[in-house]
Amino acid sequence: MLRLIKYLKPYLLLVLIAIGLLFVQANSDLALPDYMSRIVNNGIQQSGITAVVPSAIRQRELDKLAIFLTAEEKSLVQADYYLVDKGSIGYPIHVTQYPVLSSEPIYILKTMDKSEIDRLSPVMTKGLVLLSFIQQAMADPSKAAAIGQGLGFDLTKLPPGTDLFSLIKKLPEAQLIAMSSSINEKFNALGSNLAEQMATSAVKAEYIALGMDTTALQTNYIINTGISMLLLTLLSVMCTIAVSLLSSRTAAGLARDLRRNVFHKVQSFSNAEFDKFSTASLITRSTNDVTQIQMVVMIMMRMIIYAPIIGVGGVIRAIGKSSSMWWLIALAVIVVLGLILIVFSISLPKFKSIQKLIDRLNLVTRENLSGMMVIRAFNKQPFEEQRFDKANQDLTQTSLFVNRIMVVMMPVMMFIMNVLSVAIIWVGSHQVAEATIQVGDMMAFMQYAMQILFAFLMMSFMFILLPRASVSADRIADVLETNQEILDPRIPKEFYIPFDATIEFRDVCFRYPDAEEYMLQDISFTAKQGETTAFIGTTGSGKSTIVSLIPRFYDVTEGSILIDGTDIREVTQRDLREKIGYVPQKSNLFSGTIESNLLYADENASKEALKDATEIAQASEFIFSKQEGLQAAIAQGGMNVSGGQRQRLAIARALVKKAPIYIFDDSFSALDFKTDSALRKAINEHLGSSTLLIVTQRIATIKNSEQIIVLDEGKIVGKGTHTQLMKDCEVYRGIALSQLSQEELA
Amino acid sequence: MNNKNATPPTGNMMNSKNSNNLQRISQPPRTGPMGHGGPMAMMKGEKPRDFKGTMAKLINYLGAYKLAILVVMIFAIASTVFSIIGPKILGRATTKLFEGVMAQISGNGSIDFTYIGQVIIFVLGLYLLSTLFGYIQGWVMSGISMNITYRFRKDISQKINRIPLKYFDGTNHGEVISRVTNDVDTVSQTLNQSLSQAITSLTTVLGVLVMMLSISWQMTLVALVILPLSFLIIGLIIKKSQVYYKQQQDFLGHVNGLVEELYSSHTVVKAFNGEEKSNEQFNSFNDTLTDSAWKSQFLSGLMFPIMNFVGNLGYVAICILGGFLATRNLITIGDIQAFIQYVRSFTQPITQIANISNIFQQTAAAAERVFEFLAEGEESPETANPVKLLDVEGQVDFRDVQFGYDPEKIIINDFCASVKPGQRIAIVGPTGAGKTTMVKLLMRYYDVNKGAILVDGHDIRDFTRADLRKMFAMVLQDAWLYNASIMENIRYGRADASDEEVIQAAKAAHVDHFIRTLPEGYNMVLNEETSNVSQGQMQLITIARAILADPRILILDEATSSVDTHTEVLIQKAMGSLMKGRTSFIIAHRLSTIRDADMILVMNKGDIVEQGSHDELLARKGFYADLYNSQFENIELI
Repeated sequence: MLRLIKYLKPYLLLVLIAIGLLFVQANSDLALPDYMSRIVNNGIQQSGITAVVPSAIRQRELDKLAIFLTAEEKSLVQADYYLVDKGSIGYPIHVTQYPVLSSEPIYILKTMDKSEIDRLSPVMTKGLVLLSFIQQAMADPSKAAAIGQGLGFDLTKLPPGTDLFSLIKKLPEAQLIAMSSSINEKFNALGSNLAEQMATSAVKAEYIALGMDTTALQTNYIINTGISMLLLTLLSVMCTIAVSLLSSRTAAGLARDLRRNVFHKVQSFSNAEFDKFSTASLITRSTNDVTQIQMVVMIMMRMIIYAPIIGVGGVIRAIGKSSSMWWLIALAVIVVLGLILIVFSISLPKFKSIQKLIDRLNLVTRENLSGMMVIRAFNKQPFEEQRFDKANQDLTQTSLFVNRIMVVMMPVMMFIMNVLSVAIIWVGSHQVAEATIQVGDMMAFMQYAMQILFAFLMMSFMFILLPRASVSADRIADVLETNQEILDPRIPKEFYIPFDATIEFRDVCFRYPDAEEYMLQDISFTAKQGETTAFIGTTGSGKSTIVSLIPRFYDVTEGSILIDGTDIREVTQRDLREKIGYVPQKSNLFSGTIESNLLYADENASKEALKDATEIAQASEFIFSKQEGLQAAIAQGGMNVSGGQRQRLAIARALVKKAPIYIFDDSFSALDFKTDSALRKAINEHLGSSTLLIVTQRIATIKNSEQIIVLDEGKIVGKGTHTQLMKDCEVYRGIALSQLSQEELA
Repeated sequence: MNNKNATPPTGNMMNSKNSNNLQRISQPPRTGPMGHGGPMAMMKGEKPRDFKGTMAKLINYLGAYKLAILVVMIFAIASTVFSIIGPKILGRATTKLFEGVMAQISGNGSIDFTYIGQVIIFVLGLYLLSTLFGYIQGWVMSGISMNITYRFRKDISQKINRIPLKYFDGTNHGEVISRVTNDVDTVSQTLNQSLSQAITSLTTVLGVLVMMLSISWQMTLVALVILPLSFLIIGLIIKKSQVYYKQQQDFLGHVNGLVEELYSSHTVVKAFNGEEKSNEQFNSFNDTLTDSAWKSQFLSGLMFPIMNFVGNLGYVAICILGGFLATRNLITIGDIQAFIQYVRSFTQPITQIANISNIFQQTAAAAERVFEFLAEGEESPETANPVKLLDVEGQVDFRDVQFGYDPEKIIINDFCASVKPGQRIAIVGPTGAGKTTMVKLLMRYYDVNKGAILVDGHDIRDFTRADLRKMFAMVLQDAWLYNASIMENIRYGRADASDEEVIQAAKAAHVDHFIRTLPEGYNMVLNEETSNVSQGQMQLITIARAILADPRILILDEATSSVDTHTEVLIQKAMGSLMKGRTSFIIAHRLSTIRDADMILVMNKGDIVEQGSHDELLARKGFYADLYNSQFENIELI
């Protein structure tokens, strides 16, 4: 993967922006459960009341409350509240908000300053909670005993209906102090969470007493929170869309760059590099592998980077909600990852063997199809069915095994998640009882837990994705990092004018890269302009290799090749190939028309030139028997014309070039003898001034050549004309004998 | 998705297989990071011609498993139902907790942990059952689908051996292979995943709907209002992105095509200095591809966030409405919690259901191709009273034989000939003249349209095919050997031959020495491409195979274009010893063979244009004379 990282450079900014956006997205996604918990905690449980400092309070209530405050606290409260009664200036406004004002005076909160309210909160919490204790005791004597214990005297002994507050007020200073301290102790034991919840509930009671519309308060709170949630969601979706845009552009752009670079690189390869990779592999590298990378980059940017952000964020928030339940999540994550690990470690090797078994099944099917005639000839159908059945059963059994293992994944994964939520409820409810968290927090925690679990799932997904992608990446990088072996000289020479197309091999040895054995050894000969030099030999004797050295598809290992007295490595490849008309062994045509294929040799060739070339190549008859003539379509590779026609078109293409040197690399093999001989006649007539090099297996094709070079195992074993070679060369005679009967050769 | 019908290059096919498998691992069907099937899955695939008929056939094929499938359905439904009830009951625990808390705050009560504990244990039980049922369902279903897959493949393989060769005049091998692998696989995957997914999705939607209604009809209404909205959005996006997706696939095809074409013609490109031209062409293709690629990816990438947004919209609406209802004590906190879970698990099965019709269409299309192949006509039935010959002489007669691959286009017209036992018949003609037609007729790969071919006076259609073919042995140019040891390959000629007999045959075929030089001798396994022995050696092995079969009549193809001199001599010798005393039909390339033949059949454009001995034919100065002179011209010059 890392080897390709530099190609990501132009997109670095896009990637960074995307990461930034992912942070925003993760944060807003994570905020949602929090808002939900607020709806539950504040909106429902606390009826929309979030503050323990009431915005207003009846005068008599505040007075009672003040009993439990220290002098310092009292002054704080007095500073922040001001008294309003019927005579006050703001009365008409206030009375609509607090209808009770018409019957009694109230205190109204002066300040909206946050720090001031923060200072006031603990004071009011304490006051409100203690006040509600006393009031509960007064309303329900059965509870009085319990509360009284905390107060230091037995409330039950009081006669019913006693105003406790006036009683307390009358207590002597010392007892009051003692009582306050014991009350404080009791209050501190409550814990701030529960105390606050109790205080808000007291505030609600006070608001009702003030005649305020608490339902509206609650509804407003819920709706406001809901709107915030919607806005967050909107933000999140906008981020996602933006990331989606950025990732698509980055991935597609990167894919384009890689594809272009690989393609251009491959175009510059010589055959040596091509052989190193093989054509099929190079095709995969430029197509599938690049697409693979594109997909991965996109998924990376959209999900894989997102997963740890939301995972870590989820953990932080979950711990924020309840620091003591993190182990539940950790446990679930470990169990899920363990499950994945086990399932995959069992099934992954099996997946590999499934691939092999599929190949096997395909092989047997292919053999059954390609050998159909033979199989039926030997009545072997039952045998083949058995062979197929074996492959089929192996495949079926292994697939079944893997399938059944994989089937575990889903239900068990679901089960783990369900157990996790149940466990959170169980553990959480105890914490709720201890008032360390609220119900809404617990619900939020559940959602965080799920988010974290999914984050880990996504990350484990990465471990499947990345190895595959990195294989592709390496394959691409291998191509990009390959150095060409055949380069143009730094200061190229040019061919002399007039050009003499004589080719000379001087002690040429050649070895394929990485091969141990020499393919060609000590090859020396001269192919003169205007003459035909033919190469013959058995398969693997090196005859095609010799001619592929001339256009520098490969470079010689030792010795040199000279054209017109110039070493071919001293001119540019372009200039060199300009001089050569080459007809390859495999007559590759391009998709297009016959004309476009012919023009490939020379874009500016005239109609006349095309016509001449097809005439010489014996192709005009079949071309013009087609309705479209030169415009007839050619499918990729020329698969819609016969082998012989393909070969003739490839020859015609080379002839369009009007080159001083022609190389025919076994290019007559698909022609019948009749066409072959006509073609050779035409070539001799029209290309008399060029240097002709012909590689063939057929004696008849080259019998009249000026020079025949006989090759065996990479060495020249005979050189001369047909007659000479028939006399002196054992190998040549052998080949000739196998093709023509003795009497005809004699 | 759309090139199922084409024949993919093997490499690609493997790749796509591979990725399918990995997708199967990495994408559990219901949840998981990309669990909702991915937008591309919603793309319209190919359609079968006859959906109903194919489905009926498929169901019929499933016949034996009907009961098991019923069980699977019940289990799937049970598993889903149990898991759906869960949240609502769990909600009661939350409600109880909430009530307890409220009581605690107001100081008159505490949390009822006994109740909560009971609820939780009950719910855990439900989940456990759901998991168990879910697993059993998956276990049984994968058994069924694998069994069906196995049967499909077996049927296809048997069909391959019974289908007339004629079928392959119009169908290439790749298509059949694609049926064995891709099509069968599509059907199997549908059975394995989509079928139970369809059931669970449907159950989930219905179940969730019921549960939601049982909590609050108002909230259900809100949740349902959101659905058409999301469908509308999905519809719009799919419509848009499909256009670009198709474009992307097209351009990807162009780029890949170009790469394939130019890479395989690399030498030509180099020879004609075409690199720059290639680069330019590629760049323009590549840029167009990139343009449509990012648009397509972007648009399809929108689906997920927008669905998410719509989902969140529902979530927020439920929170607001739920909170509102809860303050009025119309529903409980636990209900809100359950409802949120229901809403979240509602959209996914719906998208899946929307997808399922597509999947079924694709499956039907795949199944249709498989059934079509299985329904292809087979070789004509064997004769009711076959002739049995104890001893075959090897007399072959052609009586007014008429034949054409296409009955409308008869290529062999009223051919008559009589071949006596032990005679040699050379079949000659230019490339593509249809020289193998005679072979195919003799072996009854094809039946004559009119007239008859007789062996020892009996119409070959009066033998069973097996008996007829036992009289023949073939050595074809395209030497077919299979992925097994050389010993087994030779023994293919006669299954009961001992090792010693095999070695004798190899000796007679002059290949024994060569085999012994191989790393494991007779036990060397030929690799998949049979590239570990040369073409010529393969041919020698097939000759040995024919020698072992010891037939009365031989069919030989002499073409040995890519064989080295030494092997060539061996092959010639081997064929010579094989032909001794046997009636032989030789697709001849060698002059000596042709001249020594008792009869020459000259073929051109599928028809037998001339017949007679070498001298007769030369004297006629017809097609044969022409052919002969062009092939061996200039010989006189020496």
